[in-house]
Amino acid sequence: MPPSHSESITLDHGSGGRISHELTTRLIVPLFQNAVLETLHDGAFLSIGKERIAFTTDSYTVDPVFFPGGSIGDLAVNGTVNDLAMCGACPKWLSMGLILEEGLPVSDLERILSDMARAAQEAGVTIVTGDTKVVPRGAADRIFINTSGIGVIAENVHIGPDRAMPGDRILLSGTIADHGVCVLANRQGMGFDVPVRSDTAALNGLVQVMLDVDPNIHVLRDPTRGGLGTALNEIAGQSGVGIRISEDAIPLQPAVAGLCELLGYDPLYLANEGKLIAFVSPDTADRVLDAMKRHPLGQQAACIGEVVDPHPAKVVLKTRIGGKRIVDMLSGEQLPRIC
Amino acid sequence: MTITHAEEYREPQLVAPLIERIRRRSRKPVRLMEVCGTHTVSIFRSGIRSLLPETITLLSGPGCPVCVTAQRDIDACIALAAMPGVMLTTFGDLMRVPGSHGSLRQEKAAGHDIRIVYSAMDALELAAENPDRNVVFIGIGFETTAPTVAAAIAVANQRNIRNFLVYSVHKTVPQALEALVNDPETRIDGFLLPGHVSVITGLAAYRPFVSRHAIPCVVAGFEPADILLAIAMLIDQMEDGRAALENAYPRAVTEAGNAKAKALMQQVFEPVDAIWRGLGQIPASGLGFRGPYRNHDAAEALRPDPGNVQEPAACACGDVLKGIKTPLDCPLFGTACTPMHPVGPCMVSSEGTCAAYFRYHPRT
Repeated sequence: MPPSHSESITLDHGSGGRISHELTTRLIVPLFQNAVLETLHDGAFLSIGKERIAFTTDSYTVDPVFFPGGSIGDLAVNGTVNDLAMCGACPKWLSMGLILEEGLPVSDLERILSDMARAAQEAGVTIVTGDTKVVPRGAADRIFINTSGIGVIAENVHIGPDRAMPGDRILLSGTIADHGVCVLANRQGMGFDVPVRSDTAALNGLVQVMLDVDPNIHVLRDPTRGGLGTALNEIAGQSGVGIRISEDAIPLQPAVAGLCELLGYDPLYLANEGKLIAFVSPDTADRVLDAMKRHPLGQQAACIGEVVDPHPAKVVLKTRIGGKRIVDMLSGEQLPRIC
Repeated sequence: MTITHAEEYREPQLVAPLIERIRRRSRKPVRLMEVCGTHTVSIFRSGIRSLLPETITLLSGPGCPVCVTAQRDIDACIALAAMPGVMLTTFGDLMRVPGSHGSLRQEKAAGHDIRIVYSAMDALELAAENPDRNVVFIGIGFETTAPTVAAAIAVANQRNIRNFLVYSVHKTVPQALEALVNDPETRIDGFLLPGHVSVITGLAAYRPFVSRHAIPCVVAGFEPADILLAIAMLIDQMEDGRAALENAYPRAVTEAGNAKAKALMQQVFEPVDAIWRGLGQIPASGLGFRGPYRNHDAAEALRPDPGNVQEPAACACGDVLKGIKTPLDCPLFGTACTPMHPVGPCMVSSEGTCAAYFRYHPRT
């Protein structure tokens, strides 16, 4: 059912789950019809002469803007770097659009920009253009940042969300839901003291060591908004394959598990900002996993499941106690339960 | 990785013997109701249904506070949000519940001041910070949440924060059990009683009910091993021909419960008749305000008009809450009614039965 004209946008439309997906596929994509957009990958694959590039854009709004492990600044750089890396591209150049709310302390802006500069340097990308707008108090929430990025794709790399195939092993680079829980716990009014830092990080270095082992990695995805559960559903749908994962194998910090239990959140649907999933041929999966574990951002990497023929477009989880259940796409923003 | 307290109760070596015990003992077909929405979600998330023998049918009961809230009360909450000078505060679960003409989520998108809070105390602080506004908290939930709301009301009274108001749709569980078994349409052979609620009420709260109806009841915790142990104890009772009140959650639940929490609840609230979705009016199953605290009653102070209340047509939430139907029996399930476009509350609440079926149950 497409969004109706009488409906208005609610926060659910930005959840990264099924409702966001619906907004994108039913309202946005049909109006801008083209084959590149319709792939719905993290970035667009484009060719200029013989050179293949990836081009991507993302906007960052986060509350709070500073959180343990990072800020909206490094998030805005790392997120776009990661979108390029998930195309198998080597990220090169970024743009930076700032929307500032009247009243934002200049010291906060300076701190955010310093974080952006440091993150860009660490990721090996250059911020080459930008724009700044200031809006009246109340028209934005302190600061919004848009970053776009361009990266170059090596000749032998062909990554796509529709390339998962039966037999593929699914590799995850580390613990899930760290960013989502960190931001939740540090949001004003929550009052939770949870020792969890955001995992925001640029993943292009990790991707490069993986591609060095196997340039023919089928799918790469960073499970950001909507989390691991939604990302796997999108890939299962786009590739038309079934996915089986094992709860036991999914790395999860105890503190993250604890807060999720308390609030009734499912960590499978909480955001990650420094993790990736890779669909890799069974022939090379072990070697790719070993390479990931040797990289600082992949030390807790694990094989969490595989691609199967049965139940196409569905994700099935084997629970820790041996039961089975469906992992569906997140429907709307997760909300804390009452009791 | 260190094993946390909760993880111990998910270990396969603890769980496997319980499943084996249930499979070995269960002979006759039985219908067990997990009263609590958190149980429902835990059962689905851990895949317990896929491990039980066919003799056991699990029914999800009226233990999701959002789901049992009457349509009139949802509409009244939405009306409160639209009143001038009101800042409405609520637990997140209520945001998407469809009223007769919209939801709080839509009211928020339309510009009304609606804020998600994580406790009634947070709402009280908002009231203290905004003395020129009426800060209304939607008091929803069972014995688990009612004491904390009572505490916030008591503090507001003490600090003379007059602009802190509560719209109470609190409900109490033992009375609902009574209504369920008295309903001629229900067929329930035993109850998994809610762990969190029982921490407050204690086992004592259920003794009159169990002795009146001679129906097996076991209090259960929320980890897979807790739930499986409770199911095993229920099966043992049924196969032995017994009907008793037993406790499978002794690490948290005592005979008397939490005296301090109960005293707070009794200090601020008094039992009143309440309307439950699906179950209708149940005597003394709601919590109204006692005399000294009535000036914090939003219903009394603001008299929200729910307008023309319309129950969602063809929605089976009422029957689902009683265990008469499963979500799969509802003609709207998965088609007209989905978490993206919910028709009834059982599809929208994170603890709702329909939402759990939609999220975790194979649909093909």
